[in-house]
Amino acid sequence: MEVFVVSLLNGLVYGMLLFMLASGLTLILSMMGVLNFAHASAYMLGAYFAYTISTYIGFWPALILAPLLCGLVGAAIEMFGLRRVHRNGHIAELLFTFGLALLIEKGVQMTWGLLPVPYRVPELLDFPLFSVYGTHFPAYRAFMLLISALMFGAIWLGLTRTRIGLVIQAALTHPDMASALGHNVPRIFTLVFAAGTALAGLAGVIGGNYQVTEPAMAFTMGPIVFVVVVFGGLGSLTGCFIASILMGLIQTFAVVFDVSLADLLAKFGFTVTSGTPFAEVLNVTLPRVGALLPFLMLVLILVFRPRGLMGTRDT
Amino acid sequence: MNMLRRHWPWILAFVILLAIPFLFYDWSKGRHSGFVLTLMSEIGVMAIFALSYNMLMGQAGLLSFGHAVLLGMGAYCAAHVVLLVKAGTIWLPTELVPLAGGLGGLFFGFVFGWLVTKQRATAFAMITMGLGELVSAAALMFMGFFGGEGGIPVDRVMNTSLVGVSYSSPWQVYCLVLVWAFVAAVLMKLQTQTPLGSMANATRDNFERAQFVGYDPRMVRLYQFALSGFFAGIGGGLYVMIYEIVTFDTVSAAKSANALLAVYIGGAGGFFGPILGTIVVVLLQSGVSLLSNAWLLYVGILFIVMVMYAPGGLIGLLFMHMPIWRAGRMRELLLPYARAFPPALIVLLGFVFLVELTSFTTIGAAQGKKFSIGGNVIDTTAPMPWVIALAMLVLGALWLRREARGFRERWDDVMDGIKRQGAMS
Repeated sequence: MEVFVVSLLNGLVYGMLLFMLASGLTLILSMMGVLNFAHASAYMLGAYFAYTISTYIGFWPALILAPLLCGLVGAAIEMFGLRRVHRNGHIAELLFTFGLALLIEKGVQMTWGLLPVPYRVPELLDFPLFSVYGTHFPAYRAFMLLISALMFGAIWLGLTRTRIGLVIQAALTHPDMASALGHNVPRIFTLVFAAGTALAGLAGVIGGNYQVTEPAMAFTMGPIVFVVVVFGGLGSLTGCFIASILMGLIQTFAVVFDVSLADLLAKFGFTVTSGTPFAEVLNVTLPRVGALLPFLMLVLILVFRPRGLMGTRDT
Repeated sequence: MNMLRRHWPWILAFVILLAIPFLFYDWSKGRHSGFVLTLMSEIGVMAIFALSYNMLMGQAGLLSFGHAVLLGMGAYCAAHVVLLVKAGTIWLPTELVPLAGGLGGLFFGFVFGWLVTKQRATAFAMITMGLGELVSAAALMFMGFFGGEGGIPVDRVMNTSLVGVSYSSPWQVYCLVLVWAFVAAVLMKLQTQTPLGSMANATRDNFERAQFVGYDPRMVRLYQFALSGFFAGIGGGLYVMIYEIVTFDTVSAAKSANALLAVYIGGAGGFFGPILGTIVVVLLQSGVSLLSNAWLLYVGILFIVMVMYAPGGLIGLLFMHMPIWRAGRMRELLLPYARAFPPALIVLLGFVFLVELTSFTTIGAAQGKKFSIGGNVIDTTAPMPWVIALAMLVLGALWLRREARGFRERWDDVMDGIKRQGAMS
């Protein structure tokens, strides 16, 4: 029971972090069909910016400044890069962001070094908030939950209660129609791209010290965010939210339960020995499969249900 | 005789490639340069890999982010075959080990292809990425087939050669790589002329019309994917012969990215683009990585520049000159080229200088390396080198922009002239 509650909380924290990244990517992918490989790079940049800013003027200004910087970077990428490549088609856009992701990773390595940087939780929040069955729950995780919940609320309000939000919603499902009705879809797209990058940067600011701030963080996070976006479905923020939380829970729970298929079979009276066919596959325990699960999900979803959980059209 | 007249470029290329190692031959010791042979063997394998990648990207318009899976699975199959031959379980000539890799690649090409070819365009890119991550995660997990982190070491000296060669020296392996690379390249070139190759083009250009003609685009993609797996697998088999070990690197996303970079830099349109791209990428990788840490940055920049300004790649840039060459007016471009060359060189040097300065202040310092040009150690913390580098970059760029405008005018003039000539004649 205690394991369950603690994992549930951790899964929620991780899921909300994923949602911060995935929401921006869903908007970008659904509106313009750009599979933005550099999205997780913005997450990494956010963490590194926050680290540098926090060494000079502290964590709290970094919480505001780093996402803004990321948003500016995003706007610049969209205006000077993507728009130029746009006329060569979606594949060219995809390749462009892929090359960009490579460059940002190398750039980060060259600016901040190959090793992880000591980006730490601010002292103000570095205490256990409460303890469940003897396990401490750090206050910083609660803070992460708070920030991501606030962000979720802001996105929801912005999308449903403002005029520009309505246009974005329209452009999500029917980009051509929205454009034909006289809305400047490219400008909205620049806005969404910048906002999405800023959100990813914010996720980096609060996620960088929760996980590790290192040059490889973009390439470990990137594919998982793709999985969430595809799983949630194109054009649906609700689907994206559910998929994020689900993915967070799956990944944290997979680490906790130390069982394998062989154990399951043993319940039904089969014993797996080294001579059994596929003994190696059967004996792999769930925590080891944990890293593999998201990609298995990605492949299966794209094969059997390309529109994802709540998508309005195929990927 | 007719054969010779039509196919002389292939034969010439073969002879030249066979001769190049002798340029670096150490006559006093009577042996080849190991570095050059390994480098050229690597280029051979990566060229096959890039060509097989282009069967998907160039021919069928399928952008894969997990192509290394096919190379790696071929390599693992070949490694297991070598182990079986060594154990005496089966008999296979050493020369055919790459073929074993190819068959392994073909098999996995069908299995994985059955899954991934259900999709195309962006969804195909995603599903291949998922597959690539899946297989590289599995490669670390299952010891039996993949050997875990240590990989599978093999010994290529099998004593089952058909021509009595032991393959103990890099030179013998290079010859094997060269022969197989040519066989694979010729087969892939021929494949572009088969009905399947043409239908792959058709589904790339207009996939709905290809359906109306009566072909199932899914099956076209599947066969193309499986065949591309066969050739990638041959590359994998050769990889085993060169390095005598297969690790999970061979299936990794970085390997897949290498193929993508090479194909796009070289140009996906022409058949020989990927080979050109491979040579550039491998030379940058091996040559630059000896001196600095930033080779991937240079490759990445080259890639982005290609995506933004020259979607046809290097080979596309070359082909742009073809009409001018045919009209015999290349001479008129010599001067504009010569004028654009110095500023371009200054921009390039300034950029490289800046990148290396950054790289040496962080990564180089951590590794205890010193940045030196011609024996002079440069203090990367002093402001002067940075100012010089920035000045070169900015001033060079301004100058280059001026020259580029003149160059474009000249170019348009020449092109116009050729078009008018064409209209008159």
